[in-house]
Amino acid sequence: MTRSSAIVAVGQTDYAAKRLDVSIPEMVRESVDRAFASKDLDFSKIDAVVVGNMELFEGINMPEQWMVAALGGAGKPIYKLNTGGTVGASVAVMCDYLVKSGIHDVVMGIGYQKQSEGETQSAITTVGDPTWERSVMAGAIGNFAVMASTYVRMSGVTPEQAAKAAVKARRNACLNPHAHLQIPDLTVEKVVNSRVLAQPVRLLDMCPQSDGACTAIFAAEGLAEKMTPLPAWVAATATAHDQQFMGDSPARLAEMRSLQTATQVVYDKVGITNPRKELDVAELYEPATYAELAMTENVGLCEMGGGGRLIDSGATQMDGDIPVNPSGGVLATNPVGATAMIRVAEAALQVMDEAGEHQIPNAKTALATGYGGNAWTEALILKQERG
Amino acid sequence: MTMADQNEALRLEYLANFEYDYAAGAYATRFMTELKETTRLYGTECSECGRVYVPPRPLCGICSARTKDEWVEVGPKGTLTGFTVVEIPFIDPMTGEKRPVPYGFAFVRLDGCDTNMYHFIDETDHDKMWVGMAVEAVFKPDGEREGKMSDIMYFRTLEEK
Repeated sequence: MTRSSAIVAVGQTDYAAKRLDVSIPEMVRESVDRAFASKDLDFSKIDAVVVGNMELFEGINMPEQWMVAALGGAGKPIYKLNTGGTVGASVAVMCDYLVKSGIHDVVMGIGYQKQSEGETQSAITTVGDPTWERSVMAGAIGNFAVMASTYVRMSGVTPEQAAKAAVKARRNACLNPHAHLQIPDLTVEKVVNSRVLAQPVRLLDMCPQSDGACTAIFAAEGLAEKMTPLPAWVAATATAHDQQFMGDSPARLAEMRSLQTATQVVYDKVGITNPRKELDVAELYEPATYAELAMTENVGLCEMGGGGRLIDSGATQMDGDIPVNPSGGVLATNPVGATAMIRVAEAALQVMDEAGEHQIPNAKTALATGYGGNAWTEALILKQERG
Repeated sequence: MTMADQNEALRLEYLANFEYDYAAGAYATRFMTELKETTRLYGTECSECGRVYVPPRPLCGICSARTKDEWVEVGPKGTLTGFTVVEIPFIDPMTGEKRPVPYGFAFVRLDGCDTNMYHFIDETDHDKMWVGMAVEAVFKPDGEREGKMSDIMYFRTLEEK
């Protein structure tokens, strides 16, 4: 017998390319303090902490040891996760398990990364199997560009359609005070004329590298309602993985099998048969413009191959029928270990009616996804109704 | 201190140089030995669905069935399933140095195989490549191969538009 759990508070740091003013523990504490301040909470209310990042990026090991004070963790359970780019969403899913199972009543989840402190693209090459894949690794961008070329071939998506995702993200980000890349005057023309990194991917098609931390506090039914007027109930979660090597999927971006599987599981759990109609907002883990278009297909917001037409229609804009990433998304803010947690936290803010200037009116049901590592997916549905 | 005066903040530099030594395992040893001695490439075939995998492995990830003991020869020809020209330099994980750009980089599906392999392509003009283009592995010469994936230096294109 499980019980309901909900996100009751969210805290985010200011995200930036470099946060030289804070150490990693200080940066984490900034997000924790903001979560507490938003709901008059403090460490005495927290039973356990789950924390996650990709520590190799900063060349550190077990940093949770020296951030115990920042986590308020002394004398309490601290759980630590690393699932690559998905880790923030994995943290959220674990927080939900711990509360739903009855093991803990109130659990604080944190994702963080300080990409300015290391060489991310080099660290990412260690994700490749050393025997088979590492010698030809080309950072995230080269790998991504190869996959994008397959997607372009299969879907017919144009550079201009991809660029619309970049413009949407950096303009939405202007309404989000935490966002890193806020570019109010960005245009499709500027994106398609930005520097080529690896065809078809240009500079403004890619997410930035950011520093930042994001905290979300999960509480059990009975407590959650007392902590906040509109808790974001975790209606469903799912985790799915693909096969082990990068080349095992037939078309990794065009057909994201783990994303299809995980979102179908959460839709089935809550009875969603038409995600485009039944979701009010989605926060997707889109590391690049082409990824956003492919992801809107793979999570069922449009038909396969229809991602370009969907963004052309305006449906995924703030005032469209299915806004995607009103926060500005990964294209605006990417502290990797926090990034998937930000998707969950931003989906929660929408359902809690606390998203401020980027609030989607009457957002009652939200989808959040994490996608990373080698085609690993976490999917969550957050709802205003406990159900 | 605030974000505004972060240039005043103390920073500490740290340079690390670690060495690692990985066991490649039984499947890689068999594959790499053939690559080194004969330049022949082999995959493993699922005993249920018939998918052929490179890298070779004991289990099919789709069926969870064992692969056959007899390995299947694949390549050295194949086709591009995705491609790019990398124009931004990254650290080469094998040398620690920046890899010179531009270079062709692609997913190759070896003939007779159901998986893709990332590798270098001897083409740096993006407009001269396409999905489905025929390519062929170019190996290091006899006596210079070490039993590593880098014994395949790159794939050369076999077609022109």
